[in-house]
Amino acid sequence: PASRLWAAVGAMAAAAAGPGTGSGPGDSPEGPEAEAPERRRKAHGMLKLYYGLSEGETAGRPPGSDPLDPTDLNGAHFDPEVYLDKLRRECPLAQLMDSETDMVRQIRALDSDMQTLVYENYNKFISATDTIRKMKNDFRKMEDEMDRLATNMAVITDFSARISATLQDRHERITKLAGVHALLRKLQFLFELPSRLTKCVELGAYGQAVRYQGRARAVLQQYQHLPSFRAIQDDCQVITARLAQQLRQRFREGGSGAPEQAECVELLLALGEPAEELCDEFLAHARGRLEAELQSLEAELGPSPPAPDVLEFTDLGGSGFVGGLCQVASAYQELFAAQGPAGAEKLAAFARELGGRYFALVERRLAQEQGSGDNSLLVRALDRFHRRLRAPGALLAAAGLAEAATEIVERVARERLGHHLQGLRAAFLGCLTDVRQALAAPRLAGKEGPGLAELLANVASSILSHIKASLAAVHLFTAKEVSFSNKPYFRGEFCSQGVREGLIVGFIRSMCQTAQSFCDSPGEKGGATPPALLLLLSRLCLDYETATISYILTLTDEQFLVQDQSPVTPVSTLCAEARETARRLLTHYVKVQGLVISQMLRKSVETRDWLSTLEPRNVRAVMKRVVEDTTAIDVQVGLLYEEGVRKAQSSDSSKRTFSVYSSSRQQGRYAPSYTPSAPMDTNLLSNIQKLFSERIDVFSPVEFNKVSVLTGIIKISLKTLLECVRLRTFGRFGLQQVQVDCHFLQLYLWRFVADEELVHLLLDEVVASAALRCPDPVPMEPSVVEVICERG
Amino acid sequence: MPKELEPGGHESPDDSTSPAHTLELLCHLDNTAHGSMACVAWEPAGDGKKVISLADSHILLWDLQESSSQAVLASSASLEGKGQLKFTSGRWSPHHTGTQVATANDTTIRGWDTRSMSQIYCIENAHGQLVRDLDFNPNKQYYLASCGDDCKVKFWDTRNVAEPVKTLEQHSHWVWNVRYNHSHDQLVLTGSSDSRVILSNMVSISSEPFGHLVDDDDLSDQEERRPEGKSQEPPQDSVIATYEEHEDSVYAVDWSSADPWLFASLSYDGRLVINRVPRALKYHILL
Repeated sequence: PASRLWAAVGAMAAAAAGPGTGSGPGDSPEGPEAEAPERRRKAHGMLKLYYGLSEGETAGRPPGSDPLDPTDLNGAHFDPEVYLDKLRRECPLAQLMDSETDMVRQIRALDSDMQTLVYENYNKFISATDTIRKMKNDFRKMEDEMDRLATNMAVITDFSARISATLQDRHERITKLAGVHALLRKLQFLFELPSRLTKCVELGAYGQAVRYQGRARAVLQQYQHLPSFRAIQDDCQVITARLAQQLRQRFREGGSGAPEQAECVELLLALGEPAEELCDEFLAHARGRLEAELQSLEAELGPSPPAPDVLEFTDLGGSGFVGGLCQVASAYQELFAAQGPAGAEKLAAFARELGGRYFALVERRLAQEQGSGDNSLLVRALDRFHRRLRAPGALLAAAGLAEAATEIVERVARERLGHHLQGLRAAFLGCLTDVRQALAAPRLAGKEGPGLAELLANVASSILSHIKASLAAVHLFTAKEVSFSNKPYFRGEFCSQGVREGLIVGFIRSMCQTAQSFCDSPGEKGGATPPALLLLLSRLCLDYETATISYILTLTDEQFLVQDQSPVTPVSTLCAEARETARRLLTHYVKVQGLVISQMLRKSVETRDWLSTLEPRNVRAVMKRVVEDTTAIDVQVGLLYEEGVRKAQSSDSSKRTFSVYSSSRQQGRYAPSYTPSAPMDTNLLSNIQKLFSERIDVFSPVEFNKVSVLTGIIKISLKTLLECVRLRTFGRFGLQQVQVDCHFLQLYLWRFVADEELVHLLLDEVVASAALRCPDPVPMEPSVVEVICERG
Repeated sequence: MPKELEPGGHESPDDSTSPAHTLELLCHLDNTAHGSMACVAWEPAGDGKKVISLADSHILLWDLQESSSQAVLASSASLEGKGQLKFTSGRWSPHHTGTQVATANDTTIRGWDTRSMSQIYCIENAHGQLVRDLDFNPNKQYYLASCGDDCKVKFWDTRNVAEPVKTLEQHSHWVWNVRYNHSHDQLVLTGSSDSRVILSNMVSISSEPFGHLVDDDDLSDQEERRPEGKSQEPPQDSVIATYEEHEDSVYAVDWSSADPWLFASLSYDGRLVINRVPRALKYHILL
């Protein structure tokens, strides 16, 4: 109750002292100061309610305190009974005592505060009352003065009315006289007009004449029924006709520049000549001038004189033709603005036609530029060309010159990309030719192969530098200072589709294709392609797959911040293609090398007469050659490819030889008799043997390592040997020779392959087949075979 | 056919004695003047009086007289060129009333006219390596299949020999034999020294049009029907089956002359395998 009482008092005090003194005692939290925001808050609350904000969110009130709570001591709905009840019911005695003392203390404090407030504000009340009383006196004096002012004004109005009434008469007369004077001057002008016009025409002041004529025309028209005026009009018409004729004459002569012509046209228009005709004539004149420009440009193009460089050419075209066109267009638009859309259409058609011819010339010139390698000059020329055409483009939007220019620039850029792609391809082919030569040269000098890794590095770096150069050249098109670089084509499609897809991806693809074409070439028989080149290309493609492709593409993406959303070939696809190419090349290498050795073996088997050969004394030279060649291939492949994994080898690789000969000896025992059971046995034997060995895929894809490559080559060679042996018939010594050869091969070939078991198996087959094809199969003693092989 | 089989049949009948019948020598083709014989082929139609034999670089046409007891050399031709040229294989075309023979030497396939014994066409570098075998399409004249050491099987149109019509590359070693089925020429059998026999379905170049026969009464009608047929089942060449029963190189394959759905293959280890065209495919072709 105390606080409410205080609130009322505080409000009264605040109202009396004006808003300035509203801030009373600041030390009491429950004082009037707290009440004022409370009211404001209420008003705010309503506003907020109106604007849909929830009351609970308003600041100040601690969350959760209900404004309607009757137990809230400071709340508006405070009910002392309820509060007391609550206190009595809820609080223990000690707390009741506490709250009582607390309350008493608060009441006391509030009492003293109120007293201070009343004392402080008393003086202010009194002075305010004084002020109001003084104001009342002042106002009364002012009212009297206002009344006096009103009477004075009434007197002044009266006087002024009287004066104007007296002057009225004279004023009218003056006006009349002035009118007559003007009329007379006009008439004088009219009478003098013919002579003035003649004079003007004589002096060549056509502008003046036209102005006079314009001024007089309407009047003469109006009063032509009066004979005197009629005469003047006739005179004027004659003179005007002469004037118009002279003007036309001057216009047609055309020697004067475009501004003068424009002046003529303007005057003629003012003379009321038909605008349409004039506008046609104007355009015809302009056409003549512009055509002259075009012809001079064409002369520059001409085949005989040394054509100026493309930059000069576009400059010439820009200043001559485009500048002229601009002038014509702006003059036309000024002069014939009244013609409306039909006139604009005429101008647009005019500009379109001449612009088209200009573009044709520019394109012819640019086409001459296609062959050259200098991109910066071309880009600068294109930039000038494009920039020049933007001004008339704005002037003649309907003619679409700017669009056409942009199109030309785009086309040139596209052609440029194509040119660079061609360049890259040519560079790649050049590299290959170099490699071929390098591969051919040292062979003559007697040392082969040592440069293979070096050659690879050379090729890779030279291709990379070519790519980088192309990228840099093409990058000029998107440079910031070039006027067309912000066209949507150059920001999007050019970067993604043109450069990334067309140039880089296209080149990598074509590189793969070129490489693959070596595999498909009809020269499968021998060596249109040197095998070393295949090997080198394969390694190159593999390197591209592992690193180079992603490097190049990252480089491209960085240089040409590709903003286009159109789908681009992902790196992984390209890598897969490169890997496939590398694999095919390597497989082809294996085939080619295998074929070389196969041919050697085949010739050696097919050309010999195996039935009547002598007892073997040593290993045949062919076998030594085979081992030598295989070693050479091993070295060659080793230069570019890693070793690779091979199966765990048995420690004694010669152990298996005995089993071979024992089995072949067994066959030998059965073979001569032609009883039906004997072949059964041998078949059974070999079949059982095969049951435990896996099928050998002869031409199988290879992996990217040396062992796999060598295994492939040896497989192909030995399988050929096997098939050839099966087509021949052997005498006893023939068989023994085969035995010796095979043992020799085994001694040397096992180290090259992944699984030496494979070599054993194939060589066993060879010997077994030879034994089957021998009418008198007596194998040689293994020890003798060994001795021969070691000696050889 | 492999070399060793042919001479065996003609020159040394005493070697191949069998318990059932003894073969008896009817006639001797005297080839002493021409070197070892690579291939012998009878005239496919006619009265069986004409035989072609290929010996080294000579192609010899024999006339069998007096109930095939005597062979007279009717005409001959020989290869000319540098190096030792040797025929490896030859086939007598079943078309053109038996006037055409195709031969293979090294990587080249040649066609001969038996009337004049002159060369009609020549496919240089038909295969990357040695050509092993040839076969004529029994139903489509001018179509020829070849196989060789480059693991490929190629189909040729002898009227345009610049490019093969089709190339198959399914074997992993030399292909020794290629045979068209006698009645359904989309079935092509190949045997290879990778120990596999492969049966392929060459629909796209077969004489049997795929699916139903198209009545070509009206061109526009035909054009209307074609895309429809394409959308249903586009003709696709495919491998029907790969037979891997052999443990060693397969040197001969052939179709049965009695049952068009039966074929046999022979491998180095002496195993003869007889197979049947899969039933599903058979019905698909027949129905």
